[in-house]
Amino acid sequence: MSKLVITDLHVTVDTEDGPKEILKGVTLTIKEGETHAIMGPNGSGKSTLAYSIAGRPKYTITGGSVTLDGQDVLALSVDERARAGLFLAMQYPVEVPGVSVANFLRTAKTAIDGEAPKLRTWVKDVNGALEALNLDASFSQRSVNEGFSGGEKKRHEIAQLELLDPQVAVLDETDSGLDIDALKIVSEGVNRFRAREGKGVLLITHYTRILRYIEPDYVHVFVDGKVAESGGKELADRLEAEGYDRYLKPASA
Amino acid sequence: MTITDSVRSALEQAPALDKVESHLHPAGSFDVADHAVPTGREEIWRFTPLKRLKGLHADAPLDGRNVRASWAAPEGVTVGMVSGDEAADLRGVSGWAPNTRFTARVLAEVPATLLVDVPAEVEADEPIVLEVDGTDADATSGAHVVLRFGRHSKAVVVLNHTGSAAVAAVVEVVVADGAEASVVSIQDWADDAVHLSHHQARVGRDATYKHAAISFGGDVVRMDANVTYDGPGGSAELLGLYFADAGQHIEHRIFADHTAPRTKSNAIYKGALQGEKAHTVWVGNVLIRKVAEGIETYEENRNLVLTDGCQADSIPNLEIETGEIEGAGHASATARFDDNQLFYLQSRGVSEQEAQRLVVHGFFNDLIRKVGVPSIEERLMTTVEAELAKNVLKDLSA
Repeated sequence: MSKLVITDLHVTVDTEDGPKEILKGVTLTIKEGETHAIMGPNGSGKSTLAYSIAGRPKYTITGGSVTLDGQDVLALSVDERARAGLFLAMQYPVEVPGVSVANFLRTAKTAIDGEAPKLRTWVKDVNGALEALNLDASFSQRSVNEGFSGGEKKRHEIAQLELLDPQVAVLDETDSGLDIDALKIVSEGVNRFRAREGKGVLLITHYTRILRYIEPDYVHVFVDGKVAESGGKELADRLEAEGYDRYLKPASA
Repeated sequence: MTITDSVRSALEQAPALDKVESHLHPAGSFDVADHAVPTGREEIWRFTPLKRLKGLHADAPLDGRNVRASWAAPEGVTVGMVSGDEAADLRGVSGWAPNTRFTARVLAEVPATLLVDVPAEVEADEPIVLEVDGTDADATSGAHVVLRFGRHSKAVVVLNHTGSAAVAAVVEVVVADGAEASVVSIQDWADDAVHLSHHQARVGRDATYKHAAISFGGDVVRMDANVTYDGPGGSAELLGLYFADAGQHIEHRIFADHTAPRTKSNAIYKGALQGEKAHTVWVGNVLIRKVAEGIETYEENRNLVLTDGCQADSIPNLEIETGEIEGAGHASATARFDDNQLFYLQSRGVSEQEAQRLVVHGFFNDLIRKVGVPSIEERLMTTVEAELAKNVLKDLSA
């Protein structure tokens, strides 16, 4: 049972001209087993939402709440949030030179589970997860994200998703920069995760393309720091046909 | 990289002198009287805390019995103390004359030489390990060590310094034509040790020389690791790894003097600093002489500052007297932890301290692998771990 509840979330970032409000009251509930897509134009605050849930320091929460199964997520440190069951697949995964993927995955799994994984099954699990994402077994000896192609970075994020097995996954533009083959591979990984019992997914994207492979239960249009409209997957079809102009016009009038 | 045309034409107009006008490498002399006691204002001494050197830079006696040396020599390699004429003949065997008072004094005053002789074409399977263990930090002493790698030989020499002592040392390395030599010097001294050392190597034609300077312990550790070339095609890899704690002064200087054409030098020094008044210095001197056409050089220094109150000085110097080279470059960076890296690791459930530990391990990992001696690699990882336990991981056990 896992339920992510975001209520009237307000977030600012510090800029040269002082704090700037990016999220202006976001309310969203992701129940277990549900996949929600958040779509919106550039600069609407989609990534800020993802980072705020994960706890990135440069974002300041000025109001509202985020809870996971009733637990106050905002009171937790970044690593505590991950251990509570949240996962963020990043748009721009960070290079960690000299730290091998194998070491990184084992360290993360140990931290999440509170104990080291059983060696024999773990190696099998890692190789299986990498293989499923079309990543070579030698991949685990490379330094985390260093010299990875854009596609390799995203596939590595999804391999982590499958291995770390969180309750709720936030995928921040995991589809950006992927060719169609890589997009299919990544989508299959996300769908394997969704098929597990009770998992929630918050899929943030600019494009409707990925929604052909990962079918959302709900679609939310994100404009100017809040949800402008919510609906079923038919809303994505409408966005595909009409774009975001309909939502942007009132703002520019 | 190629030199710009304007620089090249300026070089062409310069008088064709072999003598190099530079304060970085004053002319050498075996006569101690030619070397004044440094005051600390000299370019080559300006970072070194002279007051903490126990007089090694000046006139402290060099005959103290404060170190015990022991060794294990694999088959075919000779290791031993030599004295008298034999020792005298080895003074300056690297084709170099002392450029500092302490090196001139060591050559003039220390009667014996520790000689490692790897005969021509001998390939030693095991590292030749010289254990230097200090027994008294109040006594001062000097040491002259010669590492001689014969033609087409291949060997690794490890100098392992532990314990308490104040030592001024000159290590001369002769890498004959076609030889493949590795010298690893580990400064794992006790907290009160003072170590002033000069490693001077002459790299023969088509020879390969790897020098790794690894400094963890000691109150003041200063090492100059210099290389000249005895013929074309020689290659030198100068590696350094250091970890300075509160109050420690660790200073590494390198000088790759490209004295022959088509030679290579590649230097990578990486350091971490933690604690009040931890001070590290890296000075990377590269000189490309007029004769040294077609050479390739790159030098890099990276420092990771783990706490407040530390100071890392990093100075690359590149002097170019010919534009006809393959490449020359340098990089220097001193930084704190990268918040993005820590956030990424923490977002995977890894605690902040564990994330810092991973990042530091990663920082040193590649360099440790480059040292290329498996038994040492493992020990270095353990030592890095122990250093981290002093600060970064302290809160974990609390």
